[in-house]
Amino acid sequence: MPYSGTQSFTGEDLLCIRGERAVFEGLDFAVSGGDALILSGPNGSGKSSLLRMMAGLLAPAAGMLQRDGAPVVDEPESHRTSLHYVGHLDAVKPVLTVAENLTFWAAMKGDTAHVASALETFGLAALSDMSARLLSSGQRRRLNLARIAANPASLWLLDEPAVGLDTASVETLTGLVAAHRAQGGIAILSTHTDLGIEDAETVQIDRFAMAVTA
Amino acid sequence: MGAMGHVLLRDLRISMRQGSDIVVVVMFFVITVALFPFGVGPEGNILARIAAGVVWVCAMLATLLSLDRMFLNDYEDGSLEQLALAPVPLEAIVLAKAGAHWLVTGLPLILAAPVLATLLNMAPEGYVTLFFVMLLGTPTLSLIGAIGASLTLGARRAGVLVSVLVLPLYIPVLIFAVGAIDAASMSMTARPHLLFLGAMLAGTLPLAPWASAAAIRQALN
Repeated sequence: MPYSGTQSFTGEDLLCIRGERAVFEGLDFAVSGGDALILSGPNGSGKSSLLRMMAGLLAPAAGMLQRDGAPVVDEPESHRTSLHYVGHLDAVKPVLTVAENLTFWAAMKGDTAHVASALETFGLAALSDMSARLLSSGQRRRLNLARIAANPASLWLLDEPAVGLDTASVETLTGLVAAHRAQGGIAILSTHTDLGIEDAETVQIDRFAMAVTA
Repeated sequence: MGAMGHVLLRDLRISMRQGSDIVVVVMFFVITVALFPFGVGPEGNILARIAAGVVWVCAMLATLLSLDRMFLNDYEDGSLEQLALAPVPLEAIVLAKAGAHWLVTGLPLILAAPVLATLLNMAPEGYVTLFFVMLLGTPTLSLIGAIGASLTLGARRAGVLVSVLVLPLYIPVLIFAVGAIDAASMSMTARPHLLFLGAMLAGTLPLAPWASAAAIRQALN
């Protein structure tokens, strides 16, 4: 099912300050429906900060993010409704079962109909009644990623999604990203390895690092 | 069922599966209250005089003991940032989580309080008021606690810090709660005290989630 309307997501002149240090400044990006944007750069260059900023968890110190032409700060709830953010932390509760974990997040997005198929996609269907405490770190990662398959959202923000995944799961992920783009969705991800995502734009974040004055 | 209901049920389910958390809080309440007859001596008059205050101070300390699990686990495992990105306002999620906290700590404390009041030889006239005071006061403790718990996210020694932040804010609840029970024990009307407790609950109900959500956003920033 294609995402309705024209999709666009842009950032202008973004400034990120962590602690007392400016991580990047004057960063611009523009993506529209069907695009993939890969954030690359060395550790500490601000990839995660930029993704958190895009999700709305981190307020930019300067600059503006726009979704479909409207500033994100004006419509934060509609922005959050139509995005998936997958961060470094897996948001998996060990005392709940695998299915209960995913069902909760799907329910928060308002639709639990695709939970079983999402678990199937990431090869977790056989484990669905198992306590999440028993999952390996790669399996927890897959359970976290299964959220993107359980509910539609036109903007995916994936922070190093392939870390800890086996080859088959990386292929599943690349396949999902391709299908998402084919439906007019936007995928923005940070990675250190080549995930084989076709004709993606790349932003080298370290190019926007503040010039260190001696 | 709305998003708030989902959060409430999830938190209840997690608490029920880690049942020891609930038991520890109630046991702490029972043991601290039970220390007083040993410390003060078994004289009925003295114990009856301090019963209301002791029950309430211990209930507050027991609540304090349970505050760290309101947001800390979710903060550490990344659930809190996902909750902050949910399509509903974070304030509503905080309210649901404070509600779940009250159901697993406030409610058991309400049930344990009359038994402990007997232990302290509380005047029989005070029991009905004790119940209503606990019913009005403990939700306020959970709500104020939510502010403290969210302000200390990411802090070192958060457990100690939360006590220093939250206990002073509990003082008004303590004053009126004990005032109500004392008034009832002396066969006077507890109504003005109960009205104050009700007003405090009505005030914290919208204000605490708002303040706590702001603190959580700051912690995630």
